[in-house]
Amino acid sequence: MTITETPFAGGIVGEARLRKEDPALLTGEAKFIDDLDLPGALWVACVRSPHAHARINGVDTSEALAVDGVVAAYSGEDLADTWVAPLPCAWPVTDDMNNPAHFPVAQGKANYAGDIVAVVVATSRYAAADGLEGVVVDYEPLDAVVSIEDAESDRVVIHEDLGTNVSYEWPLIPDPEGVDAAFEAATHHITETYVHQRLIPAPMEPRGVAVVPAPHNGDMTLYSSTQIPHVLKVMAALTLGVPEQKLRVIAPSVGGGFGCKLNVYAEEILCMALAQRHGVPVRWTESRTEAAGSTIQGRAQRQTIELAADADGKLTAVRATLLADMGAYLQLVAPGVPLLGAFLYHGLYDVPLYSFTCKSVFTNLTPTDAYRGAGRPEATYAIERGMDALAVAVGVGADEIRSRNFIPTEKFPYDSPAGLVFDSGNYQPALDRAKELIGWDARMAEQAERRAAGSTTHLGIGISTYVEMCGLAPSRVLASLNYGAGGWESATVRVLPTCKVQVVTGATPHGQGHETCWSMIVADRLGVDPDDVEVLHSDTAISPLGMDTYGSRSLSVGGTAIWMATEKVVEKAATIAAHMLEANPEDLELTGGVFSVKGSPDAEVPLAGVAFAAFTAHDLPDGVEPNLQAQVTWDPPNFTFPFGAHIAVVEIDEVTGAVDLIDYAACDDCGNQINPMIVEGQIHGGIVQGVAQALWEEAVYDEDGQCRSANLADYLVPSAAECIDMKLDHTVTPSPTNPMGVKGIGEAGTIASTPAVMNAVVNALRPLGVTGMAMPASPMTVRRAIEAAGGGAS
Amino acid sequence: MIPAAVGYVRADSAEAAVAALGEHGDEAKLLAGGQSLIPLMRLRLARPSVLVDMGRAEDLRGISVDGDTVSIGALTSHSALEHSVELAAACPLLAHVASQVGDPAVRHRGTLGGSLAHADPASDLPAAVLALGGTLVATGPGGSREIAASDFFTGFLESALASDEVLTTVHLPVSTGGWAYQKFNRRAQDWAIVGVAVAEGGAGVSLVNMGSTPLRAAAVEAAVAGGAGASDAAAVAADGTEPPTDNNADGAYREHLVRVLTERALVAAGA
Ligand SMILES: Cc1cc2nc3c(=O)[nH]c(=O)nc-3n(C[C@H](O)[C@H](O)[C@H](O)COP(=O)(O)OP(=O)(O)OC[C@H]3O[C@@H](n4cnc5c(N)ncnc54)[C@H](O)[C@@H]3O)c2cc1C
Repeated sequence: MTITETPFAGGIVGEARLRKEDPALLTGEAKFIDDLDLPGALWVACVRSPHAHARINGVDTSEALAVDGVVAAYSGEDLADTWVAPLPCAWPVTDDMNNPAHFPVAQGKANYAGDIVAVVVATSRYAAADGLEGVVVDYEPLDAVVSIEDAESDRVVIHEDLGTNVSYEWPLIPDPEGVDAAFEAATHHITETYVHQRLIPAPMEPRGVAVVPAPHNGDMTLYSSTQIPHVLKVMAALTLGVPEQKLRVIAPSVGGGFGCKLNVYAEEILCMALAQRHGVPVRWTESRTEAAGSTIQGRAQRQTIELAADADGKLTAVRATLLADMGAYLQLVAPGVPLLGAFLYHGLYDVPLYSFTCKSVFTNLTPTDAYRGAGRPEATYAIERGMDALAVAVGVGADEIRSRNFIPTEKFPYDSPAGLVFDSGNYQPALDRAKELIGWDARMAEQAERRAAGSTTHLGIGISTYVEMCGLAPSRVLASLNYGAGGWESATVRVLPTCKVQVVTGATPHGQGHETCWSMIVADRLGVDPDDVEVLHSDTAISPLGMDTYGSRSLSVGGTAIWMATEKVVEKAATIAAHMLEANPEDLELTGGVFSVKGSPDAEVPLAGVAFAAFTAHDLPDGVEPNLQAQVTWDPPNFTFPFGAHIAVVEIDEVTGAVDLIDYAACDDCGNQINPMIVEGQIHGGIVQGVAQALWEEAVYDEDGQCRSANLADYLVPSAAECIDMKLDHTVTPSPTNPMGVKGIGEAGTIASTPAVMNAVVNALRPLGVTGMAMPASPMTVRRAIEAAGGGAS
Repeated sequence: MIPAAVGYVRADSAEAAVAALGEHGDEAKLLAGGQSLIPLMRLRLARPSVLVDMGRAEDLRGISVDGDTVSIGALTSHSALEHSVELAAACPLLAHVASQVGDPAVRHRGTLGGSLAHADPASDLPAAVLALGGTLVATGPGGSREIAASDFFTGFLESALASDEVLTTVHLPVSTGGWAYQKFNRRAQDWAIVGVAVAEGGAGVSLVNMGSTPLRAAAVEAAVAGGAGASDAAAVAADGTEPPTDNNADGAYREHLVRVLTERALVAAGA
């Protein structure tokens, strides 16, 4: 494979161009949900269960109704007839998966602290909040199931009708006997157990919903701070029985999502129902503290990974066993989240035999679902921590153990033991480059010196290499996983009469920079100014077809659709230009916005002339329709498999246990890059988000299922002050899966950085006898681990 | 989070603030920088009937040095303390501690008086004022009285101020002897998990987040006065404390930390 293959010739793709989106965002001109001016709108406030598990013996709203400004108040029973179907779970991973009925307002029982048990509708947000205090709920608290182990034991069954807390078990064991035999024959058998704590996604903008009904014809517009207006439209129509053609969904400016806005939430359906009922606009804005209970959470699983290896440390089999926490109900794609990692527990290593099993259980906690990386950070964590343990057992370096096991470059496309085909890869150069960036040898020498000097400030160096599968996804593969939707993306490219361009995309940006990238792709090919390309999105009336943004899919799926639609437009324009120049379309080339005939430099017509001719339609070739536009729906044949190597360096104060991240290097490969600045931004943010799991963030629950980290003073999202300069570089191994040779990069940083940091932490402390560490590696956790290992100066 | 309805009056001087408190009674609350009060109101944990906004009471703002005494108006912001040239010369500990509070936005709004009156054991500035042996001036309908910092903090979020009194001024001795502040936290903007302030080479030592009030570490001070070295003096730092347990630390870890940090602070302060 050629490493530098690129289909772009226009000189625009590949430039680090500033983002089109930013002026509006930075000047406050961008409108988020809460900025919408909706005269006459009623505000909704939700009464949320303070108990993790309680029977609801009665809801008395009479005092709330007496509050000034309160218009109505409803219990779950009051609204029971409103729902045509429960809230959707679109990923029934097995045919016998247990999926408890989940309604927007709980009926009879509250199953987590934050479960909605009643709603208040009022003329202002303040009156609605006052009304909350007037709703009296008669709760009968029940024992709460907080840990996954307790859940698995069925000591308390949360959903009585199911008879168990287990939602499903999902195995992927192509050759069970082979795996067993490999473990029997192995020289090294590593068994490690890791816990991924629950994480609270914390986008800058919490969620919000506004619904505007049109009183006369049944039309309804749902505004939501969502990543998925298109998916939401389908699901909302099904849940509420609103005719889909009457429903328009708009995601205005959305202040981040990280997966937590890839959902269909109670509040969205609830506001639609209340808008229908009251015939006026209805809105709800989530507060930060509310979000800690009402928005999905991430990770939350226990994993055991076993590695079988020969005497040289060459892997012969990998076995992963998961116990995953779904929370109280199944949200939109929750059951599938562990499965997005199911194929990757052997990482980027060439392993012949593979076994994966996942059991998922219900707890009395906020539902979990996709959170940046969804399944792949977990998988990468397990294999990359495991590889460090193997390196120690074999007695080689963390770099060497990886190099010995990388899938060799000549094996691509690689048939993975889990049944995937890895599109392209070239792993060793990425690791070499990351080592160079971090100054590997010097760092190792520094570590040895400190150890020899008996320093109590330990230096730790941790590697994580990774490969991930993204670009969701081939629809047929999704079908084989029982996923309830396809993985295509739609695009329209329209050259207007004045040669300005409109692009319509079904991908739904919420901070990524699609407008910038899409306009670069189109401008590069058409030879127009990127500023003359307008990207339209996030409104189902303007962009009726789409599968939205998650799973690092937008560029490799949505961007490819843009590319293909642009090609179609060029093809049509060439037909018209050829007619104008009395030449053959095949002899034309489009460069710098001008069609010319190869070999006769004088015969040329600008695209602008063609666009106008297409508009007037006075003299088009026979059979050619007026106007220059093309629509394409692209369903990719495979995922894309970006990869890379990250190295973290930490310093640990043995006395206090404080961990300080002091250096970080990463070499990532996402194939061809459209805008390297945006790629770098994704990697920066991703790395910090992954480091946050390693060092700071944790949704802390007490034994009653109460969240003890429900605000940003207690839930430790890192700020700029905690970030360090990162040394970034990339290699380029284009994907053969799509014509642009691109791969996703939205989640890579998060996937790689958590294990890199944790490997560094354990690496630092091995001389003290420490062999493992729970996340987050808080000072107290680290100090306790040192003490437990029998060491630690005081 | 949406606060409950609240009345609002402006008091543009200390006198006006005292008068407003008298007029609106026990349920009225003074509003200084709002960095502690407003979050409590948004959670509806505080529900004052009336806010008495002192934001424009210029007579309560400012830093002056007169001989051996530094006087600071209660409404002086953390940021003003942090950047004051006079304070850096006369009382560098306080200026430094102010720079360690929260983040820049919090330091621009939050005030010294608010921080003291709020009496949070996890706050930085009360510990500094304790270690420095400050004197607080409270002004009520009957005039002003002085309260020693060591008598000021009476319980968790409770101070010696009466509900009709305004904290107007903080007096501190000029203090240029060895000083240090050790603040241990996980993110730059966070409250201290444990903090230790040392003034005058160990003559004044105080502890943050080691009990229900900001604490003076009398045992450490006595050990230093008796000639103990940093390590020996620090060994008694946790004596008599009742540290809280939260997500970041349990009591035993806090006791360990306070000994470590006290030793480091004493060493840095030249004890
Ligand atoms: C994000 C964040 C981070 C923070 N981090 C830290 C930190 O790291 N360390 C730290 O120490 N603090 C921290 N704080 C708190 C901050 O320092 C506050 O400014 C301080 O605690 C209160 O001062 P204020 O002027 O804002 O008081 P306000 O919030 O206005 O008032 C607090 C209380 O004191 C009373 N009060 C105020 N002024 C007077 C007065 N002159 N006389 C009598 N009573 C008065 C009020 O009635 C109220 O009860 C943080 C705050 C925030 C929001």
